[in-house]
Amino acid sequence: MIIVNSNNIDFVENETVSGLLKRMKYVFPNVVVKINGRLVKRTDFADTIIPDKSEVSVIHMISGG
Amino acid sequence: MNTQKFEKIKMKLQKSSVGIAGIGGLGSNVAVSLARAGIGRLVIVDFDNVEENNLNRQYYFRDQIGMIKVQALKETIHRIDESVKVDILNHRLIKNNMNKPFRNVDVIIEALDNADIKTMFIEEVMQKLPNVPIVGCSGVAGYGHSDRITTKKLGKLYMVYDEKAKDCNDDVLMAPRVILMANWQANIVLDILLGEDN
Repeated sequence: MIIVNSNNIDFVENETVSGLLKRMKYVFPNVVVKINGRLVKRTDFADTIIPDKSEVSVIHMISGG
Repeated sequence: MNTQKFEKIKMKLQKSSVGIAGIGGLGSNVAVSLARAGIGRLVIVDFDNVEENNLNRQYYFRDQIGMIKVQALKETIHRIDESVKVDILNHRLIKNNMNKPFRNVDVIIEALDNADIKTMFIEEVMQKLPNVPIVGCSGVAGYGHSDRITTKKLGKLYMVYDEKAKDCNDDVLMAPRVILMANWQANIVLDILLGEDN
């Protein structure tokens, strides 16, 4: 089990950040992702494996300011 | 009014500084609100000029159309309070150099418009200035739905956030929601600088 934006989600072994975003259907191109409080750079999404029991926060950036 | 509390707050805010990246709808309103609250120093960064179509939500006036935004806003702030120190930078924030104007501030406001640039800015500043809190905003477009707005806290990053809002290119930008979220950002700055109110 992992927690994504306060929701319990099944843990998938060897799942990367890119994989999780796809599974969650987060199609937004601009997201800020933190795993257990640590910021993950966008360039590392494809190589960063999410450990079991992780707490993941995903915020997507919407244009307008 | 509790004058003792007010004086204590005033002293603390006078010694504080806030950097603002982008002074459009969000940033210009954050700046004016923080100036009124008594922040000692503001660093404002933008590369635009004031345009007529800014006036429906941004803190500028008809007689400022055509002016450099940072200059116009500095003037407005000084019409409110001459003692606020306003450092202005009239240029675009460039990748790999985005943190530069904000090295000596206590809190940074992300008030940029484009989603790519917002993300780039937050990533870079969080990496290079890991101890400085950033208060960003995502999802200002539209009107109504005030109750969908929340504060998302990720470590030192505070996002004023409406995950259901549309991209501004597919929606409208209107004063009530833009200014509401701008002041939400300004209010978080006070929380950060003064500690939780009790």
